[in-house]
Amino acid sequence: MINAVGREIPDELLTDGREVYQGKYHMDGKSFRKAGPMAVRREKPQESKVLGSIREACERCGAHDGMTVSFHHAFRNGDYVTSMVMKVLVEEMGLKDLTVATTSLGSAQDRLADYIEQGKIIGIQSSGVRGRIGEVISAGKLRTPAVIRSHGGRPRAIETGELHIDISFIAASTSDDYGNAKGTGGKHDCGAMGYAVADSHYADHVVVITDTLVPFPNMPAPIRSIDVDAVVVVSAVGDPAKIGTKEARITKDPRNLMMAENCARVIASTPYFKEGFSFQTGVGGPSLAVNRFLEQYMVDKGIRMGFALGGMGGNICDLMDKGLVGKLLDTQDFDMKAIRHLQDHPDRHLEISTSEYANAANKGAYVNKLDFVVLAALEIDTDFNVNVLTGSDGVLRGAPGGHPDTAEGSKCCIIVTPLVRGRMATVCKRVVTVTTPGDCVDVLVTDYGIAVNPKRPDLIECLDRASIPHVTIQELQEKAYRLVGTPDDLEWEDRVVAVLEARDGTILDVIRKIKPLKL
Amino acid sequence: MEIRKTALAGTLESSDAQVTVSPGDSGIELTLESSVMNQYGRQIRATVLDVLARLGVRDCRIKVVDKGALDCTLKARVECAVFRSNGISAGKVPWGGDIR
Repeated sequence: MINAVGREIPDELLTDGREVYQGKYHMDGKSFRKAGPMAVRREKPQESKVLGSIREACERCGAHDGMTVSFHHAFRNGDYVTSMVMKVLVEEMGLKDLTVATTSLGSAQDRLADYIEQGKIIGIQSSGVRGRIGEVISAGKLRTPAVIRSHGGRPRAIETGELHIDISFIAASTSDDYGNAKGTGGKHDCGAMGYAVADSHYADHVVVITDTLVPFPNMPAPIRSIDVDAVVVVSAVGDPAKIGTKEARITKDPRNLMMAENCARVIASTPYFKEGFSFQTGVGGPSLAVNRFLEQYMVDKGIRMGFALGGMGGNICDLMDKGLVGKLLDTQDFDMKAIRHLQDHPDRHLEISTSEYANAANKGAYVNKLDFVVLAALEIDTDFNVNVLTGSDGVLRGAPGGHPDTAEGSKCCIIVTPLVRGRMATVCKRVVTVTTPGDCVDVLVTDYGIAVNPKRPDLIECLDRASIPHVTIQELQEKAYRLVGTPDDLEWEDRVVAVLEARDGTILDVIRKIKPLKL
Repeated sequence: MEIRKTALAGTLESSDAQVTVSPGDSGIELTLESSVMNQYGRQIRATVLDVLARLGVRDCRIKVVDKGALDCTLKARVECAVFRSNGISAGKVPWGGDIR
């Protein structure tokens, strides 16, 4: 069946009431009963939940063939726990047919690619797949199609019961012996642990893995001991230095700076740019640099940001410390400065779960209160559909993350991206994979010009009034193809290697096995 | 033009291509690797063969390792490799002739 963004979804995927994507807000107002975990009662007082090893905890929690285990990725490229636990499950315990449901996957989990090739891991559910794991999935080596969800889509799927977790392993920087756990105060801090909260509430069993055991009570804590079955102490849970390669710094690349300045101009031209406005940005080159230019517009206009949302870098913390931001609502931290800031400012730098952040099936996620979001793209097509999941060569190498959630929730979603990257046209006729539907995207800022979605005549008027030049997205696409040549269409096999869910749980797109060009 | 000896042009930097030519005796034997193979492989092959034909190269082994180079870069790298294999210094490059 063809869905609302023109993608062919195979009928065999549309079982058990699964629907294809039918446009934004399609599920609004529908009711569902939340799923609940099978929980074990611990009535008889136990002095401590600390067990001697990961294996002991796995055995205590009934680890078995065919189960689903979960992890969070707050340590990003510095995560040790996912690989550590999977090694115990697969190599020490000899378990098989496992499904790994993580909040994201990258090069820190390359070991899992081996287990996929060996057939030990048969399912992957994740927001992102980068590194070798993306390559083996794209090559069709995972037995079942991977399921890709946004950061808001994951807690939704957990709460509806579409994703049931048998054991959740939660890496924590500190924990007490009862399992109150957080991402600060330890030997290796990751900061906010917003990704792990839904898992701690809905998994049948929860194991906290830490390298810094602290006296009870380790509170306030995002992971609460009433949800935790066992605590395991290891030598190191992760390397904070690898969360970001370094503290996210403002780019010096004049092209990125120009795009960032134009983003800030667009923001300042809209009626939403007023006292108490709200804002989210990523930490990638041009989107991060928007902060700097925005600061000047705020100072000039004498206004403050009410809150910033999502992943936090040191940059937005600086803006708060200058008195220009009211609250930070933080799901994850991208650098050491933000981690310290979270620890030092518990009154205004607040940790939130990804359900609070972006879940489309709760009673109002915070993305719905966003005025502006500035996002990157691997590709954007002339219908404003964005791809942040597959490379132009069709291989999985990205993550929707909070992209579709913030794009849909916010009043003004700005995509900032260079027109071409090397020989790849970022602005193209048809994106390889639709991760964010075009009707959620409002403005495109490139190094060759700005385009506004014709569905937003009000924004077009704002830009015109501010004398900000803009062109049609078709003109940008044609310019890109003139520079790099028109790309050939990719060729695919029938086999679906990954299913991409829209944030509401309908099927937005599928990724098939790529047929590499042989000359 | 004949390929007299093995010669190389270009780098493995992003947006460049490294071209190696060496003498051959059975037409053009092209080996192509590209970071944009799936979208641009056919166009890269056509561009490379086109330049060789323009320079009158009939027999040659040519290896192209492309890192997403634009057409103009590819052309320049192929031309340069062919001239280097002929020992033609910068001063003897036929600007406005075979090189346009």
